[in-house]
Amino acid sequence: MDTQKSDARPVLEGPDIARVLTRIAHEIVERAKGAEDVVLLGIPTRGVFLARRLAAKLEEITGRAVPVGSLDITMYRDDLRMHPPRALARTDIPGDGIDGRLVVLVDDVLFSGRTIRAALDALNDIGRPRAVQLAVLVDRGHRELPIRADYVGKNLPTSLRETVKVQLAEEDGRDAVLLGAKPDPAAAGRAEQ
Amino acid sequence: MMRHLISAADLTRDDAVLILDTAEEMARVSDRPIKKLPALRGRTVCNLFFEDSTRTRISFEAAEKRLSADVINFAAKGSSVSKGESLKDTAQTLEAMGVDAVVIRHGASGAPYRLATSGWIDAPVINAGDGTHQHPTQALLDAFTMRRRLTGPDAGIGQGLDGRRVTIVGDVLHSRVARSNVDLLHTLGAEVTLVAPPTLLPVGVETWPCEVSYDLDATLTKSDAVMMLRVQRERMNAAFFPTEREYSRRYGLDGDRMARMPEHAIVMHPGPMVRGMEITAQVADSGRCTAVEQVANGVFTRMAVLYLLLGGNEPAVTNTRTEETK
Amino acid sequence: MSEPKKTLIRGAKVLGGEPQDVLIDGGVIAQVGTGLSGDGADTVVEAGGKILLPGLVDLHTHLREPGREDSETVLTGTRAAASGGYTSVFAMANTFPVADTAGVVEQVYRLGQEHGYCDVQPIGAVTVGLEGVKLAELGAMHESAAAVTVFSDDGKCVHDAVIMRRALEYVKAFGGVVAQHAQEPRLTEGAQMNEGTVSAELGLGGWPAVAEESIIARDVLLAEHVGSRVHICHLSTAGSVEIVRWAKSRGIDVTAEVTPHHLLLTDELVRTYNPVYKVNPPLRTEKDVMALREALADGTIDIVATDHAPHPHEDKDCEWAAAAMGMVGLETALGVVQQTMVDTGLLDWAGVADRMSFKPAEIGQATGHGRPVSAGEPANLVLVDADYRGAVDPAGFASRSRNTPYEGRELPGRVTHTWLRGKATLADGKLA
Repeated sequence: MDTQKSDARPVLEGPDIARVLTRIAHEIVERAKGAEDVVLLGIPTRGVFLARRLAAKLEEITGRAVPVGSLDITMYRDDLRMHPPRALARTDIPGDGIDGRLVVLVDDVLFSGRTIRAALDALNDIGRPRAVQLAVLVDRGHRELPIRADYVGKNLPTSLRETVKVQLAEEDGRDAVLLGAKPDPAAAGRAEQ
Repeated sequence: MMRHLISAADLTRDDAVLILDTAEEMARVSDRPIKKLPALRGRTVCNLFFEDSTRTRISFEAAEKRLSADVINFAAKGSSVSKGESLKDTAQTLEAMGVDAVVIRHGASGAPYRLATSGWIDAPVINAGDGTHQHPTQALLDAFTMRRRLTGPDAGIGQGLDGRRVTIVGDVLHSRVARSNVDLLHTLGAEVTLVAPPTLLPVGVETWPCEVSYDLDATLTKSDAVMMLRVQRERMNAAFFPTEREYSRRYGLDGDRMARMPEHAIVMHPGPMVRGMEITAQVADSGRCTAVEQVANGVFTRMAVLYLLLGGNEPAVTNTRTEETK
Repeated sequence: MSEPKKTLIRGAKVLGGEPQDVLIDGGVIAQVGTGLSGDGADTVVEAGGKILLPGLVDLHTHLREPGREDSETVLTGTRAAASGGYTSVFAMANTFPVADTAGVVEQVYRLGQEHGYCDVQPIGAVTVGLEGVKLAELGAMHESAAAVTVFSDDGKCVHDAVIMRRALEYVKAFGGVVAQHAQEPRLTEGAQMNEGTVSAELGLGGWPAVAEESIIARDVLLAEHVGSRVHICHLSTAGSVEIVRWAKSRGIDVTAEVTPHHLLLTDELVRTYNPVYKVNPPLRTEKDVMALREALADGTIDIVATDHAPHPHEDKDCEWAAAAMGMVGLETALGVVQQTMVDTGLLDWAGVADRMSFKPAEIGQATGHGRPVSAGEPANLVLVDADYRGAVDPAGFASRSRNTPYEGRELPGRVTHTWLRGKATLADGKLA
């Protein structure tokens, strides 16, 4: 882990993250015309913390509490059968539900788009939002599905040999986005094929 | 996790807590308009029941369907089994039809273990009750019910049942529920006391990780949960106890006894209840009795077990299993 | 079958003693000594220090014929016996039909004679159909060509005290003996294994030690009362040992047998739920095993008997409760006894000869068997390579059945030669 840390280069530091979240909050208010029917749903683990931070900022801006919850997508993943069963995370839908609301999904990194596809399927089983939007802290490219984010903290062009690691104070003790080399030689080998 | 679930004694504390935590997430799904999850889509689960048990079979079936599995129900009665077909042939027939997992209920102790270890089939085996041996999902749903009631749905996450005092009352000798509960509750840190007439306790019970008492009243006052086991009336004919009335008087739970339990303590029953025998209607219908809740929790717990056993990688199935050599 | 007139066994440790040469001529032992000449011998067997014992005698074998030829026949069973070093086996009566008439016992006896691998001495049923109600025609069976002297309802207990008393009394008229399968039936209803900590955990119906011990206690007292002798089959518990020890100290005419599996295996094996370990009486605890070994060593238990109980594959390839009880044992008995009694120092080879040949022949009155290895005696002999070590491979069994609990287990010793009245039924490990 230490070597990984020393290899990884911070591309966003704590203050940068706070700044982009503020910007995204403002964008949501602007695009959602005051954000009156917005429900924020974070995708565990770090998407949930980001959603809560966004909710706090939205409340600062609008003076109203914004419903915030979490959406576990584990059982909707298309690679479920490729790994041992994963522990489930909490799905926590705010009391008034999502029917007719504008759901903003919140995640830390947008990569292949498969997580978001799974999240859309999961949402489908919970209710019928008026619209669904996506907010991410980092978009690192390499999409494998026709999915794009509505709100992006930072576009970060990366190679497939690189890793993007988001750290948040709630989970990791500090805020940062780290760009590093893929440590796993087997994975590097796959990339070369 | 292991590949099969045969005995509650096989579960580590981490396994058991993971199952209970997963069951807690499954429980939340039941509040949704669409109570279905895609985790086992395309998987076929067979409920192989050699013994009548509509409750357990329906509970498993509900769990399987909520996880989107395809379900085949096989009741041995009226089938080729009643014409002398062996467990081995039945299981192999089912596997040949592409069953990915077998949930088995059998009157013979050890039948699920045999199915899982004999090399007859490759599919994972989940024990839904075997003879007087084990009923691990019952123990899990009981533990889940206790943790929810005594600690709370959210506060319980990640927790065992450390220091909780559980009293299990009744026909321990013939009870797979008691055996499974003693194993699992001990693993989760609870202190278990078995209460029964000496005739309904197995020789060798003294080696189990629990206390044994013949005196219900003495243990009631210090119990967090009291689990009443069903006592079949026909036991009376085999001289396990003199009369139904004497049994109820000494080991039945009535309103007076329940009143002596601590405020927070719950009354549990795996069902079906024999009202008037081990439990009075007053107790069975009281808010402290979790019998109905246990049924609901059974579905969540079985969903958790099915997901954790079958939700991941394909089990290592090799279709090249060699012909059985004699 | 090879019938050399003369065979010289050179350098065999007779009963484990100093190497000697043994000359067999015309079915009897002609000479025992050192430096015997092989001139004129049809066959010379270089024993090279192997152990020479009198042919083994099994007082408790199930040959299954007539009725269950799918599991064993007199032919396959006696080939298994020869393979295991036996020259005489007593065939239990629980066949279909039951050996409760002169007709059935004579049939079994003749089959044994025809095949010629091993003498077969039929055991007659004590009661008609083994039902424990009405005495079978014990006298008729004794007077038949089979000359039955041992009577047993084995598989079932003669549980009615009055019937048992009458049987014990009745056979005195012709010097017979009743061999009791001691199992109190009410205490063992639905029994699946030894009752104790393991059965409690596994949820299998318990077969309590007291169900055996109470019958033994009753029967030794009955034998004392009516002045008869009684033989106890497959004694399996430490408590039974104590009762027999007490009875013998009182001068009661009781003999007892133990099976090889009860000298080695315990009920811990049932945890596998593999029915190959299902047997009646059931495998007991370590404490019982040790008590049985000690009792066999000090003579409280007189003999080893196999309770060889063949079953077809399908009767064991199933769930525990549905499986048949019993294990094959003829071809592994000597190895188990060597491991549990000889290699542990509890018994020397002379002791093995006593417990597996002299005594069983004496109890069963098997004429010509269980005789000393000396000139003029019938040449019923077995040569054992005691230094051999190897895993048990049921595929190599001569028995028709494979239900052995020892598959893959390493056992010491190997029978290389068996002679029945001078004829080699087994030579260099190969059946004639």
